[in-house]
Formats: sequence, structure tokens, C-alpha cells
Amino acid sequence: MSYIKKPVARHPGLPKNAIGLTVRDYEGSLSTLCAGCGHDSTTAAIIQAFWRLGIEPYKAVKLSGIGCSSKTPTYFLGEAHGFNSVHGRMPSVATGANAANQDLVYIGISGDGDSLSIGLGQFCHAIRRNVNLTYVLENNGVYGLTKGQFSASADVGSRSKKGEVNEARPIDPVMLALTLGATFVARGFSGDKEHLVPILEAALRHRGFAFVDVISPCVAFNDHKGSTKSYMYTREHYHAVTEADLVPLRSPVEAKQDIGKANRVKLHDGSVVTLHPVDQDYDPSDRGAVFKHLTALKEAGEVATGMLYLEENNTDMHSMNNSAPGPVIGIPFDTLCPGNDKLQELMAEFR
Amino acid sequence: MNAPTAAPSGEQAMRSAGGVNDFAIKIATVNGTGSASANGMLMQAIFRMGIPISGKNVFPSNIQGLPTWYEIRVNGEGHTARTPVFDIVIAMNPQTYAKDVATVAAGGWLLYDSTWPLDAALERDDIHFIGIPLARMCGESFQGSRTRVLLKNITYVGALVALLNLDMNVVQEMLNEKFSRKAHLLEANRQALKLGEDYARAHFTCPLPIRLESLDKTSDHIMIDGNTAAALGCVFAGATVAAWYPITPSTSLVDGFTRFSERYRKNEDGTRNVIIMQAEDELSAAGMTIGAGWAGARSFTSTSGAGISLMNEFLGLAYYAEIPSVFFNIQRTGPSTGMPTRTQQGDVFSTIYASHGDTAHIALFPADPGECFTMARDSFDLAERYQTPVFVLSDLDIGMNDWMVPRFEWDDSYVPDRGKVLTAEQLESMENFYRYLDVDGDEIPYRTLPGVHPKGAYFTRGSGHDKYGRYTEDSVLYQEVVDRLKRKVNSSGATSPQPIIERSEGAKFSIVTLGGCDRAVREAIAEYAEQGVAVDYMRIRAFPFADCVEEFLREHETNYIVEQNRDGQLHRILLLETDIEKRFITSVTNYNGLPLSAHHVVNGIKKVQE
Repeated sequence: MSYIKKPVARHPGLPKNAIGLTVRDYEGSLSTLCAGCGHDSTTAAIIQAFWRLGIEPYKAVKLSGIGCSSKTPTYFLGEAHGFNSVHGRMPSVATGANAANQDLVYIGISGDGDSLSIGLGQFCHAIRRNVNLTYVLENNGVYGLTKGQFSASADVGSRSKKGEVNEARPIDPVMLALTLGATFVARGFSGDKEHLVPILEAALRHRGFAFVDVISPCVAFNDHKGSTKSYMYTREHYHAVTEADLVPLRSPVEAKQDIGKANRVKLHDGSVVTLHPVDQDYDPSDRGAVFKHLTALKEAGEVATGMLYLEENNTDMHSMNNSAPGPVIGIPFDTLCPGNDKLQELMAEFR
Repeated sequence: MNAPTAAPSGEQAMRSAGGVNDFAIKIATVNGTGSASANGMLMQAIFRMGIPISGKNVFPSNIQGLPTWYEIRVNGEGHTARTPVFDIVIAMNPQTYAKDVATVAAGGWLLYDSTWPLDAALERDDIHFIGIPLARMCGESFQGSRTRVLLKNITYVGALVALLNLDMNVVQEMLNEKFSRKAHLLEANRQALKLGEDYARAHFTCPLPIRLESLDKTSDHIMIDGNTAAALGCVFAGATVAAWYPITPSTSLVDGFTRFSERYRKNEDGTRNVIIMQAEDELSAAGMTIGAGWAGARSFTSTSGAGISLMNEFLGLAYYAEIPSVFFNIQRTGPSTGMPTRTQQGDVFSTIYASHGDTAHIALFPADPGECFTMARDSFDLAERYQTPVFVLSDLDIGMNDWMVPRFEWDDSYVPDRGKVLTAEQLESMENFYRYLDVDGDEIPYRTLPGVHPKGAYFTRGSGHDKYGRYTEDSVLYQEVVDRLKRKVNSSGATSPQPIIERSEGAKFSIVTLGGCDRAVREAIAEYAEQGVAVDYMRIRAFPFADCVEEFLREHETNYIVEQNRDGQLHRILLLETDIEKRFITSVTNYNGLPLSAHHVVNGIKKVQE
């Protein structure tokens, strides 16, 4: 994990966002991941998404579990609080932090080992609870930090670096999230930042649990011939179902030329996400149809990407709890403590 | 399911020494038959007569159909620990007749349902039998099988009104309160009460030698269970985040917190100033509690030993990353699932040293519901002051049984100790902020909350870090932090609840204990005093120990360490954490799953003295 601070270099020509910050203001420490690691590209996309949205870095909270992916929060948003927690348990820590202060922007970074094996339960229940959290799963089909064991997302027939063939059926986090009722499901590819950034922007703006599966190849242990999570394989089988644009509130609409029937979805804060279905008649609001479409693509050996499912009118954890607006940590003690008069009234009930 | 067989040897041979305001009742019933509310009413009525009392519910891990016992101790002198000797047993469960008959003290009474003849095998010639045809009378007087079953309980309470000289006005008053909106139920209950009372008066000499006479010893007291009291403490201490997973015997703590939050944490528009999350398991409950503590809330979870086992990895993280969080461990018998509805102090070791690597946690040991209330408040102050997880080790007996305790008071001038948290203004004026740097020389660094100021940002991690909060694999830098952590947690001994020490002139030995053993040990000390033996007393209330703990032990050639677990866990910890030599402290344990009695304390000490 890096503690090497990036040298401060000023580039006066760098463009500034709505709050006057350049993309450098959203960076973190230097990455210590392997050269060419998919996770570094994902980190770059996250930096880009935060910068474009003009979120103040210190108003964000970044959390992770354990593994290569979970190291990455040190590499972005140096001015945000970070929490590298316990293997597979980031969702509960994020849930607790969000419970305490619902006004911050939460992003959790996980991997396929962290989310689909040791942390599968927490992943599922964070979806159920609809915690307002952008959940990025950097998916490479392999345990990198322990040097090359198959993960639960490894496809049947995929070959390890040592030549073993995986025969156990994979857990597909996108299908799982859809089944569990996730309100935002997307998949990107770390090798395609252009499409990943708008997905992340929409995820960060979504109120509720926003799941983004990112195919993020491991150059050290799973980028060889025979692997179904390599750069080569992903590029060959990459199938964009939709392409997304996020138009933040009060920004001029610069939609790309529509390819098919464009779906405009208004997010809770007024921003609009525009989806351009690449596949004809793809409707990202019809969970059943999405499931069917993705199953067909999967059976054809394609890796479906894009903004896959979105349900904006949903109830997140705090609305289920009927929480008062604002952070619960901001409520004055006088309001929280009933005081001795109330206590004495209550005591009569215990006689 | 077996009846509790906790009787120490020779106990059955004990004679009923009961008399006015000094006796014990055991009611044996089947769970799910509505006896709990009748038994609770019986106890509460005696309490309202101004007589000190306690009730112990000995229940199965089951919803319906298995044996359950309710034990009531009446003691005008104020001794309310459990007693294993019963002057009168109400035997309502044929499944356990044999064992129930055996637990009646010689010279005592057995009340049974004489609708059916008592099996000859159950006859004892050293006790009195009181046969009341409860089922027949209820069958004749009431309609519907469920109603008949429920009212049978009220009918035996009616019989006890006559037999024990229970104040009928008090019982009537309680029925009126309970059924104020259900006139038909009120009438049926009154009738059932009268049936029992009339039958007893007509057939037996009433009252029995064991009987009640009104006193004025409970007016400043309440009857409350420890989980409800702890929940109330959390509300008053300003806890705003609760995460939990259901587990007996801790569940009623969060139930209580939810109930009090409905009353005290609701705004006019219906929104709530609290968030309560039922987690998918105890790991998640721990993660949520820690996440919320990290983000600045007073957060807690409530669990039992099995939950603490599951939380272990997180507990090490909270310790090492220095995150305030509060954990209630309502202990039950272990190991493994153990006896989930029986009490024990079996988690002292596994809680204070929870998690891998070198750890030690602050733990508080409440003796009764009164301390559950105050220690809930203390635990949040300690957690935030020392930036570490704090455990409140209650148990099933304290947590789920109603105890008589002085009425609670809240000091309105109380200000929560939020610890060393930097504000945006402080951060603005600082050159640099380093999360784990001991600036003040008190072993406690400053912390920051997310979203406050860009200069406050730091990376929280359970991996090796140096005092600046940076990742490290450097031996010296790593050790510097863990050494400070040890000093920090140890320093809490000076400000956590201090031991209760009571010295007697000329004491030859001491008894040292913790938590819910308090009342049984005090009663034992009173018994010693009656025999002219002076005994010193120390009840340890927190770990790490205050310095005076060792000083007290050194004052005595012999210290008996009394606790409710097999291995003498407190005894071992005293050996580990103080410099006291083994020959000065002797372990006395009781771990049968039932609340401790003075009888067990005295007998246990006698046994190790031999």
C-alpha cells in the first residue's frame, strides 16, 4: 500500500471544474500496483468522475476491504477520509459510516474475492438495505495478492497461469445484483475509460446502492491465453448494451447522437442520465427483460457492458429508517437526551 | 429437558427456615401457557407491598411446550440473590413433578393441581401437600380451552393470596391497571383470583407460617431488567446508531432501545433522530458499529458470547485503528451454543483479549440493572475518550430478570466526553495533522471525522502503520504505535468505574468478585458476620484494573476470587495483569448456568478451604 506522496507539480493550463479544481486535486498517492494493472485505469476513471461532478474531495468517503483492489482508495482523493477495513466486510463499515453521516458521498472499492467469496453475504445485504453507496467491484477472476488462485468469478473453462482449468461455476455479480433487487447495476471495462467514467458519474449521483462491476484484468496472474478475464479476451467479447452520459444538474445538455431509443432518467438531485441503447429496444428499467437479455448474451459468450439497470424512485436505508434529514451526528446532545424529568416520569412505569 | 439440578450436595435435606417476609417460591410451568404474566404480577404485587424481592426466570430455549420455572425470593432484610432452597413449590407441570417435589425444603409446601391424584411416587412425608383442583375449577367456570389454561395461572395466584397473605387490594389494583380497557378480561381474572382464594381459605389454614407482611422498603426502588436499563442508558448517553443481530439473551436490549427511541427520538414530523439496523450477522453488526463510530456517532451493538466470537476480526481492527465503539455482551453459558437460556460469566477472557495479535480491551462489569444504566453512559465516554472499543459484560441473569434497584437518576449537567476530535477551525489553523501522533503526551492522539476539513483526511487501516498514520513494515515504527496502544488502554484503569471496596474490622480474608455475583457475595459476607467472621470485600468493575485492585489483594493472606465460570477467568486475569503471587488468591467458581446464591459462595469457599 502506497504512502508515497505524489510530487506536487502545477500545471497552470489544466482545466478546472465547476468548483475551480483541476483533476490533480482528485489524485492520491502513487500506485504500487503492477504496471498495466486494470485497477489503475479504474482509479483514473474514478478520479475523472469525481472531478467532472465537482464533488469537494473532503466531502467524499472511500472505503475498501482487503486485496489488490482494496489498496486503490489510497490512489485517489487524497483529501478524503479513507478506510481500508477487513476482508469482505467493507459494506458493513460503509453502512455504519453512512448511518452516522448521510450527507457525504460514499464510494466503496472491492474485488471479486472480497465481494463474491468472503464478503458475499455483506455484498448481498448492502444491496437489500439499499445503502447510498457507489460500489465498485474490480473484477479480474483471480486472487492477485496471494498469487493466482481462482476467484468465485472465474468462468468455467478459464485457465490459470499454472495451467489449471476452473470447473466451478462462476458467480456473476451483475446477475446477482439484479436478482437481489439492486436499484443501479452497471458493468464497465477498465480498458474503456470513455464509457466507464459516465457510468461512475451516474453511480455517484444515484441515491441508493449503485453497483458497478468493472472487468479489470490482472496483468500478473490472469492476462494469459486461456483466461476469460484477460485484456485480449475482454476486448474480443466486449458487448456494449448501452452507452451512458451523465448530465449534471444545471449543465447544458450535450447528448451524443442517439443510436437507438434514448432513455433519459432523472436522478434524485435533478441530474439526468441519458442512456443510448446499442442493442435495439433495450429497456434498462425492465428488470425481467434486462435479466433475459443479459442471460442470452452470457450464453453467447459475450461480456455485456454499460448502464444495465436503473430504478431511480427507490427507498434507501435512511428513508426505510425514516431518519431525520442531515447527519445524525449533527443533532445536539440536548435533543438526544430526554433529561431527568422525563426519566422520573418513566420510573413510575417500573413500580 | 431437565429441571435445573444445581442443588449442591445435601441441599434437598435443607429445612425450610422460612417465615414472615423470608421465603422462596418456585413455580414450575410449561412455557407458552401464559404463566409468565401471572408470575410477574405475583412478584410485582409483593414489591408494591414494600417487601424486597427478586424474580428469576429459568426458561428453555423454546417457544412452547417445554418446562420453565419462575423463582421468587422474598426477603425483608433485602437479600435478593437467588436462593436454591424453596419453601413452597407450585408444581403445574406433570413433566417435571418428580424433580420439583424433590426441590421443596423439608418442612415446606407443595401446591399441585388436585384435579388429578398425585402419583404416589411423588409422596414425601417431610413436606406439606396443598392440592387445589385448578383445572376442574377453571373448567367449570370458564369457556374455551385457551382461556381456561391462562386463568389457571391466575387461580393459583388467588390461592397464594390466601396462603401467603398477599394484599388482595394490591393485586386487584394491578388487575385494574392491566385490564383497564378490557372489561370482560378484568372480570374473568377477578373471578379466577377469587376461585383460588376461596378454595384455599376453605380447605387450608391460611395464611401459612411463610407469609407476607407489608413493609416500607421499596418505595425508592424500581423493578427493571438490565437490558432495558442498558437501553435506557444508551438513549440518555446520546447513542444515535445501533446495529445488531438477534441473539438470546441480548435481544431485549435493542428491543428496549427501539421502544425508547420511539418515545424520545421522534420529531414532530415523524422522522427519527436515531438509526437502528438489524444486521445480517454479528460480523456486520460489528462493522456497522465501527463504521458509525469512525464517522463520529455514539454507536453500539448488543450481543452474546457467540456474537463476540464472530466479531473478533473487527474488534482487532477497532483496537488497532483506534475507533470508538461500544459492545454489550450479555453473557450466556458456553462454549459453543452452550445453554442459550442460562447465565454465566464465561466470556471475561474471550472478550477482554478478543481478536488475534496483541490486544486488550476496556471492559465494564455491571452488577445489576442500575449499573447497566450508568455503565452504558460510562462506556460511551470511555470509548470516545480512549478511542477504542469498550465492552459492557452483563449476563442473562442481569439482562433478562427483573431486579429491585434504586430509582434511576440522571444528572442534567452531564456533558458527553467526545474525546479528542478536531474541529474544522482547529484543523484550519494547524500546519499538519497526523492521526496517531501523541501530541499531548497522554497516549491519546487526536482524531478527525470525515467531511469536516481537507486537512483532516487520513487513511484508516488495520495494516501496519506508523504514528503519522502511514502504512509501514518498519519494525521500529510499528512497535512505537502498538506500545503506545498498550499504555493508552492501561491508563483507562484510572478513570473507569473504580472497584467497590468494603473493609471489615479484623478481616482474615477477602472475597473478590465481579458483576452479578455481587448480591450473593454480600449475603454470604452477612452470613459470615453473623458467625463472627469478618470478611473484606472487593467488586472489580472494570478492566484494565485500577491500581488499588492489586493493593487490596496485597492486604490479605487469602483472597477468594468468586465468579461464574469453570476456569476462574477473573482469577487468571488477576495473575496475568497484576504482580500478585498465586498463593494469595484462590479461585471459587460456580458455573451451573443458574444465578449465584450465597449458599454456593459459602460452600464453595468451604470446599477450597478443606
